[in-house]
Amino acid sequence: MNRFAELLDRLAYEPGRNNKLRLITGYFREVGDPDRGYALAALTGALSFKHAKPALIRDLIAARADEVLFGLSYDYVGDLSETVALMWPKAALAAHNNPPPPTLTEVVATLRNLGKTELPKQLERWLDELDETGRWALLKLVTGALRIGISARLAKTAAAALGDKDPHEVELIWPGLAPPYLDLFAWLEGRGEKPVNRDPAPFRPVMLAHAIEDGDFAALDPADYIAEWKWDGIRVQAVAGRDDRGHITARLYSRTGEDITGSFPDLLPSLRLPGAIDGELLILREGRVQSFNVLQQRLNRKVVSPKLIKEFPIHLRAYDLLGDDENDLRELPFAERREGLERFIKKLDDPRIDLSPTVPFTSWEALTAARADPASAGAGEDAEAVEGVMLKRRDAPYLPGRPKGQWWKWKRDPHIIDAVLMYAQRGHGKRSSYYSDYTFGVWTEGETGDELVPVGKAYFGFTDEELLQIDRFVRRNTTEKFGPVRHVVHESDKGLVLEVAFEGLQRSPRHKSGVAMRFPRISRLRWDKPPREADRLETLEKMLKAEPAEIDV
Amino acid sequence: MRPQDILLPVAAGLYCKPGGFHIDPVRPVERAVITHGHSDHARAGHGAVLATQETLDMMRLRYGENFAGSTQAIRYGEEIRLGDVRVKFHPAGHVLGSAQIAVTCKDTCIVASGDYKDAPDPTCTPFELVPCDVFITEATFGLPVFRHGDAADEVRKLLASVALFPERAHLVGAYSLGKAQRVIALLRAAGYDAPIYLHGAMETITHYYQGRGIDLGELRPVKGVKKTALAGTITLAPPSATSDLWTRRFPDPVTAFASGWMRVRARARQRGVELPLVISDHADWDGLTATIAATGAGEIWVTHGQEDALVHWCRSKGLKAQPLDLVGYGDEEESETPIQGEAEA
Repeated sequence: MNRFAELLDRLAYEPGRNNKLRLITGYFREVGDPDRGYALAALTGALSFKHAKPALIRDLIAARADEVLFGLSYDYVGDLSETVALMWPKAALAAHNNPPPPTLTEVVATLRNLGKTELPKQLERWLDELDETGRWALLKLVTGALRIGISARLAKTAAAALGDKDPHEVELIWPGLAPPYLDLFAWLEGRGEKPVNRDPAPFRPVMLAHAIEDGDFAALDPADYIAEWKWDGIRVQAVAGRDDRGHITARLYSRTGEDITGSFPDLLPSLRLPGAIDGELLILREGRVQSFNVLQQRLNRKVVSPKLIKEFPIHLRAYDLLGDDENDLRELPFAERREGLERFIKKLDDPRIDLSPTVPFTSWEALTAARADPASAGAGEDAEAVEGVMLKRRDAPYLPGRPKGQWWKWKRDPHIIDAVLMYAQRGHGKRSSYYSDYTFGVWTEGETGDELVPVGKAYFGFTDEELLQIDRFVRRNTTEKFGPVRHVVHESDKGLVLEVAFEGLQRSPRHKSGVAMRFPRISRLRWDKPPREADRLETLEKMLKAEPAEIDV
Repeated sequence: MRPQDILLPVAAGLYCKPGGFHIDPVRPVERAVITHGHSDHARAGHGAVLATQETLDMMRLRYGENFAGSTQAIRYGEEIRLGDVRVKFHPAGHVLGSAQIAVTCKDTCIVASGDYKDAPDPTCTPFELVPCDVFITEATFGLPVFRHGDAADEVRKLLASVALFPERAHLVGAYSLGKAQRVIALLRAAGYDAPIYLHGAMETITHYYQGRGIDLGELRPVKGVKKTALAGTITLAPPSATSDLWTRRFPDPVTAFASGWMRVRARARQRGVELPLVISDHADWDGLTATIAATGAGEIWVTHGQEDALVHWCRSKGLKAQPLDLVGYGDEEESETPIQGEAEA
């Protein structure tokens, strides 16, 4: 457990992806089975035991420490697990009698079988046996809140690196594996056969597109491509398959392979034909696609209530077919898969799943016109939900990742505003000495005349050269410092105007300005523009369309 | 005699009326008695200064020859008379030359301990316990979450990271007076014998330590060294420099920070520290409480830091305790003034 805790501790501070990978792979190499398998399970969120409630942890410390001292400490540290880990008194056991600290395997196995009433005593014993980092990791583990910035994908990539395998290979067999993954590690270390995925509805690594640039078109022949709308929803994979007994198992995956079936029970009955659809999750009301803002209100809900399902009816718009019953179609050219998809959707005949239409075109000029005005190019009343067009080579197989020259995305022009830089914060990793995170604002009428109100934060979009320029500006024009944040001069005639591009706007009661931007980035530095000429909040408010107020579910 | 008739907190610092002097005054005063050389305790511009030779030397290095009207050096264990009181210096174990000041008037003894630590440190004289009636303690780490482990383990952590990332430079933020030299000495004790690089602001004070006979091995200025040559090396720098433009001369630096604050994750993350090293110049919670109990003092005055928690603890042990509201001390890492002529490094 202490070695696992050391890993978590180091990961929690390491900002760089490659260094995180090295730390995790190093751990897998150094630590044997089954501990490393349970570590992989913990990092991928695959451990299942009943989590301890924070109240239980509080009771444990209350029995051991002064209440006032605990209160002051908790205020200072700000994290319950960490406070308890740090102030847990040293065990009063005689030195020769000390049991060794538990291994991760012991902890996981014990937690699985432990009755609720036995948990407090067991936790106390472990807290006595572990060091501070060990206690911290244990408490994070038992309360189910690791939060150390490691995605499941990253942990699997680190495991794959152990055997120089492609992470996609691990992803493919993952649904058939279970902790402590003895078969997986045996294969990665060349001691065993590759495990077989027996999951009837496995995830298939997703194919992604490159953003097309103006200069790319000259080299492309329109006849080689099929175009379709790029819908502004959530890319998903809907998979149905038969298990050993012939029953249908259906699952919905996010584009990273996360199983999100539980959030969309209303789509499940529609996934009754064995096959794998690549498509976009949308909200349809009376046949019309709703904006991403509406869809967002269905996401990240703990409870999916009948009211939510009724008011936000879910829909799947199909782009591609990766599997049809037992047949893997991924090697086929896109044009053939598309025909298969059309047959599949027709056979399914379900109001919740439809085909994403293609956009007919013969020249790039024609497609440019369609992209500029989707409503008259076939998207009709759904045009508002069109984010741009997708170009897919007719002969492209379905390849995982972002292969060159196969798929292109051509987004509609983003919204642009001029905003004023207000605060800057240092970045992480390679950017840790640069002020690279910017909070910007627009003008609005305040109590004492015009004032700037923050409307967003951006940390990319600029070139390396521009980063140096902004960094220099921030250092020379700081008016106040709050820890890592610098307050940068922003007056009507002094300050830096940033041209900010963004994809959409949403009402947000959590922000002082009342609006939140989607995907904001710095598109240009306007050294030429005085701050007073930057945009006003009213401009943004006009962009907001009448959206229904957030419902209470 | 009531203790507050001997020592009383005033705006300039702790004032001893019967002795006619201030201890660690934050404003210029006629007569100053100074515990140690950190800039928040040892300031320039006083009339007369009484301190250990090392503290006086450090003030001279920091502020120049004319930092005070006159100076007087005092040794550990030496007692002198100032007005109606007797003043005696005892080692505080905080940094080289640091002292606790025992002030005795008639039969009442008050110990102003300044900053202190009871943990071993190869670069300074160990802390001495001084029995007294009133003990004035700092409370920098006065919360039970602050328990500093063995500093040698933290240095092993640093060396393990250097071994894991041989192509990166390791940049250790450390206060330039005391902490930096202690980290270097600990690295040497752990068997690390490669040259250690120094930020320019570290050089003067580190060379002073070496001049006082403290063995720190081979040290090199980092200025002018090629970026590629810094892969796999360790450089010590003032904490403020580790998040500055200055770091761009290092290959993919790992930012470490040696401080007692590194016990708390949020503090480390706020600073963008990747490798927190819990190495402190101050007593931790166990050190503070054990020292307070061992002095036998019936009354405890608590200064800068987490006064509330420590006062609460004292009272729960039946001791008379009160916070002393002195301003201007603490967090020396934040208030670091570069030593003259070295600001460009």
